[in-house]
Amino acid sequence: MDTTLLRIENLSKTFATVKANDNISLEVNKGEVVALLGENGAGKSTLVKSVFGLVKPDSGTITIKGEVIEAGDTAAAIRHGIGMVHQHFQLVPVMSVAENIILGDEPHKGAFISYAEARESVKELSDKFGLDIDPDAIVEDLPVGLQQRVEILKALRKNVDLLILDEPTAVLTPQEIEELLQVIRNLSSQGVGIIFITHKLREVLAVADRIVVLRNGKSVGTATPKESTESSLAQLMIGREVIFRLDKKEAKPGAVVLEIEDLYVKDDRKLMSVNGLSLSLHAGEILGVAGVEGNGQRELVEALTGMRPTVKGSFSILGEVATGKNPRAIHTMGVSHVPEDREKDGLIATLSIDENLVLNQYKNPPFAKGWIRNIAAVNSYAEKMIEKFDVRTPSGKYPINSLSGGNKQKVVIAREMSQDSKIIIASQPTRGIDIGSIEFIHNQLLASRDSGVAVLLVSAELDEILSISDRIAVMYGGKIVAILDPHDVDRTQIGRLMAGATQ
Amino acid sequence: MLNTIKSFNFKSWKFLLSVATFALWIYCYAANMDITNSVVASGMRFGMPLALASMVGIMCERSGVINIGIEGTMLLSGFTGFYVASYSKNIVIGLVIAILTGVLTSFVHAMMTIKWGMDQIIAGTIINILASGLTSFLYREGSTVPNTWPIFDIPILSKIPLLGASLFSQLGPIQLFGMFLIPGIWVMMNKTRWGLRTRSVGENPGAADTAGINVIRMRMTNVMIGGAIGGLVGGFICLELVGSFSKDFTAGTGFTALALMIFGRWNPLGAFAAAILFGLAQALATQLQIFGVNNVPNQFITILPYVFTILVLAFSAGKVRPPAAAGKPYEKEQS
Amino acid sequence: MTAYHVLIVKGFQSTAGLQSTLSKAGILIMSGLAITIGLRAGLFNIGAQGQVLSGALAFTYVGYRLHGLPIWVHLPVALVVGAAFGAFVGGFAGFLKATRGVHEVISTIMLNSIMAGIVDYLTQNQFRLQGQPNTRTPEILHSARLPHIFGYPSGFLIAVFLAFFVSWVLKKTTTGFEFESVGRNRNAAWYAGISVKKTIILGMLVSGAIAGFTGAIFSSETTGYFVPAFYSGIGFDGITVALLGRANPKALIPGAIFIGGMRSAQSAIQFEAGVAPDIINLLLALVLFFATAPFLAKLLKSNAKSITTTSGWGS
Repeated sequence: MDTTLLRIENLSKTFATVKANDNISLEVNKGEVVALLGENGAGKSTLVKSVFGLVKPDSGTITIKGEVIEAGDTAAAIRHGIGMVHQHFQLVPVMSVAENIILGDEPHKGAFISYAEARESVKELSDKFGLDIDPDAIVEDLPVGLQQRVEILKALRKNVDLLILDEPTAVLTPQEIEELLQVIRNLSSQGVGIIFITHKLREVLAVADRIVVLRNGKSVGTATPKESTESSLAQLMIGREVIFRLDKKEAKPGAVVLEIEDLYVKDDRKLMSVNGLSLSLHAGEILGVAGVEGNGQRELVEALTGMRPTVKGSFSILGEVATGKNPRAIHTMGVSHVPEDREKDGLIATLSIDENLVLNQYKNPPFAKGWIRNIAAVNSYAEKMIEKFDVRTPSGKYPINSLSGGNKQKVVIAREMSQDSKIIIASQPTRGIDIGSIEFIHNQLLASRDSGVAVLLVSAELDEILSISDRIAVMYGGKIVAILDPHDVDRTQIGRLMAGATQ
Repeated sequence: MLNTIKSFNFKSWKFLLSVATFALWIYCYAANMDITNSVVASGMRFGMPLALASMVGIMCERSGVINIGIEGTMLLSGFTGFYVASYSKNIVIGLVIAILTGVLTSFVHAMMTIKWGMDQIIAGTIINILASGLTSFLYREGSTVPNTWPIFDIPILSKIPLLGASLFSQLGPIQLFGMFLIPGIWVMMNKTRWGLRTRSVGENPGAADTAGINVIRMRMTNVMIGGAIGGLVGGFICLELVGSFSKDFTAGTGFTALALMIFGRWNPLGAFAAAILFGLAQALATQLQIFGVNNVPNQFITILPYVFTILVLAFSAGKVRPPAAAGKPYEKEQS
Repeated sequence: MTAYHVLIVKGFQSTAGLQSTLSKAGILIMSGLAITIGLRAGLFNIGAQGQVLSGALAFTYVGYRLHGLPIWVHLPVALVVGAAFGAFVGGFAGFLKATRGVHEVISTIMLNSIMAGIVDYLTQNQFRLQGQPNTRTPEILHSARLPHIFGYPSGFLIAVFLAFFVSWVLKKTTTGFEFESVGRNRNAAWYAGISVKKTIILGMLVSGAIAGFTGAIFSSETTGYFVPAFYSGIGFDGITVALLGRANPKALIPGAIFIGGMRSAQSAIQFEAGVAPDIINLLLALVLFFATAPFLAKLLKSNAKSITTTSGWGS
């Protein structure tokens, strides 16, 4: 009997100028966990989206249990027994958990939804997979980890033969990741085929039966965990040797440049998300703030950069009180900010690369003299920056949305790190970036630190924090729960702290 | 039911306002029954087209499409309905044509915005300009509508002392229909599968898409249903309420309807309440003028509804949550 | 088909026609500019009509009330007053948007009707010229009249100059950068240190000022006295011009000349070709529809600065 569940043959997909998937072939068998590995931009998401019908491939076929699937039709994919847990949650924030889970296949009497039945089925699902959730809770009120659960339950609701998980562990603590991996093992032992996308090598080695590596849209090799190490996989992913520990000098921390005292900040839902936080940042050090997303990091950074009002408490920059100042004022005090959401806050997509490079300095000389701007000065400055930070573009005059994610981030970094600032606040600076650019950005941060700048690094990637921080502050529930020295700490310990365990 | 009563917030401003309004009504009724009845009835009659026009906005926006072209839709529908009725000497046919015109107009809007991804506000404006151009060009003077609609008094309800004479008597069929349609839309939105899917498409089309829902089809259908209602309103005004067609009969109703929709928080019942309040305010203003507040110049009375609209918006917009995806075209293939 | 022939002849070929066309074109350029500069900041100022009316009436009033001033004082002062009133109306809408999140599309349309009512009232009462069969104001003094250059209305030249000026401001000044940034991405603009609220208010102020100025120029250049009906359509044709020009100041000029020509020929069409003048409205609406329709948009989509105004209802 043919145990092949999914067969992808010669799949190709091009977006504008980028060939996201280049003639990829892949098979998944019943009960097999296939890890799809590759760095950001390698084409993993695009591939599985084709399987699920969210993207219509240009060529190639997808066969499930022997039947060819119509391309670009999500409903058809669902009918064929495919379920998907998405990287960016596909949930309706204002609706309840139950409504989100039943969407598209609602229990009903005629035209009317039977909510009682809906609640029942959610409870059944919860019990079956050991993922507890309240059916009537409104999704946007839930913490991110629980939202992930809703996303997973939604995918598991139907009897799926093939489950696709796209970067499911981004917002989970190490413990929750373990639990999820266990759920995956259970499912595969029940005969469900699983495609597990991740860029975290650790997870791959823990749970995969087979590993398929994508690079630049092509499938470059398969391996099994037995025959692989993190290094060998990384090499497949990038095509060259990767250094895991950066060559960094010891830090020479100086005076305190940023002092946060008992800060309270509310989030968009009017809940207190920064809950009495105190922290000091010294010149010449990189302080890494570790924590699972959703524990107040975003609001903290927004408050520190003047983009969000504070409720109580204060913070001062170089001795001067900065609470309540607007972004422009804080910037003038010597703070640079690499925002978490670069598309929303850091860049203006349709403006040119040059303009984006001077975005928050457009009023200052030499870029402007009073009311009149000096475009020539802007262009020549931009030219230097593009060269120095290795931004890949034929010309600075192109709109910035013509750049890849990594290059866009380089523009933001270039801008923020060239401003003679005393403090750099970098929020998820390497999210969604290819490894080459990640290395580059980390080196830039270290260089800044070596020249006496204070760097506050907020990141959900524990590896990043461990690799470049001089001190680590663990954030949980809006507070700093521990300050650690990266040399004497291990992942399990940090993991527990990130999940709220007390020492 | 008991839970609803128990958890009801008796201190909310909406509740208090309703109580105050009701008390005022009783007072006026006691003072002068006829005038009060006529004012309230007028208020209902002015308010109904606004309420229905808001429904158009709600149907479109809750599925994610901002429709500024309500004005143009009503204009065109009123036009075609009126002239067809006049030519065929049959107002029912006229009404049907009006509704169809509404569907067609909204179909064009839907194509522009959903299929082609044009900016929704600009597309709506273009519809308005087109409608205005078409109607002014094709306008012929002197047509009349053959007969009028039968008028109903609802059997038992119209005899209720306070409410009966003003709310349930002398109703035209469209007004009556509206009174059923509006709660019907509320039920549809909140209790049916169609409503859940529509709302999901308007809040997070990506989520709907991954659940297997055809976003484009849902949006187009909802917009066209909205268009049908818009056609109904246009037909209603020209055939029932006013009985004639003038080049400018919509007079900003379409935009006021949007303001009411925002004020009513995209909820059919809320928009309805807002529309009735608005209609009442207008009826009151007219009544005051009759009373001999004669110093106020004509023009100032005419512009009152526009001033009211701005006030409505100023005191509601800004803290509101429109459907999250309203205004953004849905693009499936995002790499 | 004769209608089209009339259009071209009356619009462009005869001298009188050309003068009329250029005069109208100038007005349309400026009206389009008002809307364009708003669009650049992400604001859709549909209320240009009301602002034009306010500016025109204010200008006319100063034009006939201030006696004894030389033209180089009277005219500029009156023009500024006209612009100021337009700015006031527009700025009010901008203020509402910045502080209460009131979407300018609705507020400006309402203001159109409100201003129309107020202007109507004033023309019939306080500002009325008695003893005339129609309702109108007195005529402005010579010292408030816009001079002609070689017989051609100078309004057109002013308009073209203004178009280039606005284009320059948008590209080369810090204010222009603020408009462009806020118009494209408010969050990033805020992050860049730009005050979004101030920019919105300023955008509407400037947009309204230009619209008011347009009304003033019209009054100064043509009849010289104010009758509300003279101004019908300026605001909306301005929208058409702006959308045709894809919110690019310099691109307004050809569109304005085209529409100006059509409008000039409008009355002639009825006499000479027997077609109702309203056909022009329809024609223009169709032109606008096809011009902004997607097949063209798709062609230009990759590089074009697409116009978006849907920043939603809330702030």
